[in-house]
Amino acid sequence: MTPEVPRSAIGRGFRRYIAKIPRGALVNTLCIAVIGAVVICAILGEVIAPYDPRAQDPLRGVSPPGDGHLLGTDVLGRDVLSLLIAGARSAVVGPVVVALGCGLIGGLLGLLGAYYGGTLDAAVNRLADLIYALPSIIVAIVVVGVMDGGYWSVAAVLTFLSLAYQIRIIRSVTMAQMSLPYVEAAKTSGLSDTRTILAHILPNIVPTVLATLLLDFVTAMIGYAALAFLGIGIPPGAPNWGAMIATGQTYIFINPWLSVAPAILLILTATCVTLLGDQLHEAAGRKAAIR
Amino acid sequence: MVVFLAKRLASLIAVLFIVSILIFSLLALSPGSIVSTLIGTRPATPELIAALEERYRVNDPYPVQYWHWLTNAFQGDLGHSVRTGEPVVSVIASRLPLTLQLGAYALILVVAVGIPLGMLAGMRRGRPVDRITSTVAIVAMSAPAFAVAILLIWVFGVWLEWLPVYGAGDGFFGRVYHLTLPAVSLAVAMAAVLHRQTRAATMHVMDQDYVTFARSRGVSRMRILIRYALRNTSLPIVTSAGVILIVALSGAVLVERVFALQGVGTLMIESVDYNDLPVVQGLAMLLALLIIIINQLVDLLALVIDPRTRMRGRS
Repeated sequence: MTPEVPRSAIGRGFRRYIAKIPRGALVNTLCIAVIGAVVICAILGEVIAPYDPRAQDPLRGVSPPGDGHLLGTDVLGRDVLSLLIAGARSAVVGPVVVALGCGLIGGLLGLLGAYYGGTLDAAVNRLADLIYALPSIIVAIVVVGVMDGGYWSVAAVLTFLSLAYQIRIIRSVTMAQMSLPYVEAAKTSGLSDTRTILAHILPNIVPTVLATLLLDFVTAMIGYAALAFLGIGIPPGAPNWGAMIATGQTYIFINPWLSVAPAILLILTATCVTLLGDQLHEAAGRKAAIR
Repeated sequence: MVVFLAKRLASLIAVLFIVSILIFSLLALSPGSIVSTLIGTRPATPELIAALEERYRVNDPYPVQYWHWLTNAFQGDLGHSVRTGEPVVSVIASRLPLTLQLGAYALILVVAVGIPLGMLAGMRRGRPVDRITSTVAIVAMSAPAFAVAILLIWVFGVWLEWLPVYGAGDGFFGRVYHLTLPAVSLAVAMAAVLHRQTRAATMHVMDQDYVTFARSRGVSRMRILIRYALRNTSLPIVTSAGVILIVALSGAVLVERVFALQGVGTLMIESVDYNDLPVVQGLAMLLALLIIIINQLVDLLALVIDPRTRMRGRS
């Protein structure tokens, strides 16, 4: 039982914030459509691709759109559209893992720091300050490049490098909650710290957590693409947007779509996720996140 | 003020110390022994092995190795490139000018576009100017510099054939001509960040009572814009310089690669690819110094611009 706690303060926060997002807005629909399409491609991959993305046709080589290939073919004669669809998986899976890992670790650190204060808070803050001052893509290039790491070591490095943003945001919203009467009410009615945090504070900061997850996802996606562009963290020849941008640049005069299409997709996906994340932030009563 | 600066300096040195340990540890991170990494693809003659063992003190404990590396680094000796055998410092120095030129060009574009548009958007909140520039800024901020670079190459290099798509060009005008696309790709994300900061700051300033009062006194729009808005928005803009710098550094590495510019960024990628660790360490050290110095300058500049922060700084 949780007596004396106003019901409105518990658990319903999330639904209330969602309701504040203007529905039917054209931009939102478009964003969700784009993200949905990318996610479907990531899940189904080659099943929905018009050609087998691995099927090579060396005699054909690089060719502009036409002859049944909507976006032409790459240097091995592979269909560019199919490569794009198959590449969605490696563009999305890693960043999702990074965002979740970062949300879990960074969110927990920020939450606990704000809740307990003192040395823990100071330590968490210091960590965030340190990471914040790092140029994350360069650090990732150097660390993963030097240790010759693969896809998942990129995830580990990017997770660490994205912690700062997560910690700062979650810490500041938790701080704001700490001064509200319901937290004190929960404490005085004898609830344990764990219960207070999980059942009372957490539901009220969920919108912000979600928004930061989305923005973490964007940062991770760009980081992954940048590393793949340099040939770091992905096996050579695997369908990947970043890698396609790099290899396609050589043939940009023959078939520009080879690198332009993944570049547009990358920018489009990143923009759509950022827009949704920003709106969620604003709906959560914060000023739009300045990154 | 002296105590304040001394404290600052002490914390600076502490940070540099920690960073240098991390950078030195890169050698240990690389697969294989230190000596085999440092030999690279050169023939492993006994003399070379002996020289490297002597120089990096591989038989001594780790802290001693680090100390020797650090004292050498302080004397400007960061070792020799594994790839070319040249001293690291001269390798970096030969690549630095191009990167600095690219950075300066991009910075000019960023300031010339980001601040005026940000102020305009902030003063006309919700109007078409604000909506359009803010939307473009969101797209630009989400777009990684190398993807923007590819699109620019496609439009201006392949389609319109207006601008060169690789190389650095010769002479002043050749350089400017060749660096235009790289600088624009680099500037896009930074200008977007700056636009956003300026817009928010201007909106805040325009809501202040002193602006309303100045308007009611009949002070001209231009004067309000420059004397009131620009000066008061410059503080948040200056403090965002640290973030902008980090965006720029990460972007520069990739943009140089796209346009085949032989700058520091390309050097870094080549060195990572080649496992040329002395050069990587040298570049990392340079980068750390740059970030730390810029952040300190930003803090000092904030004190100069806004007298209110001086009291807080003293405590």
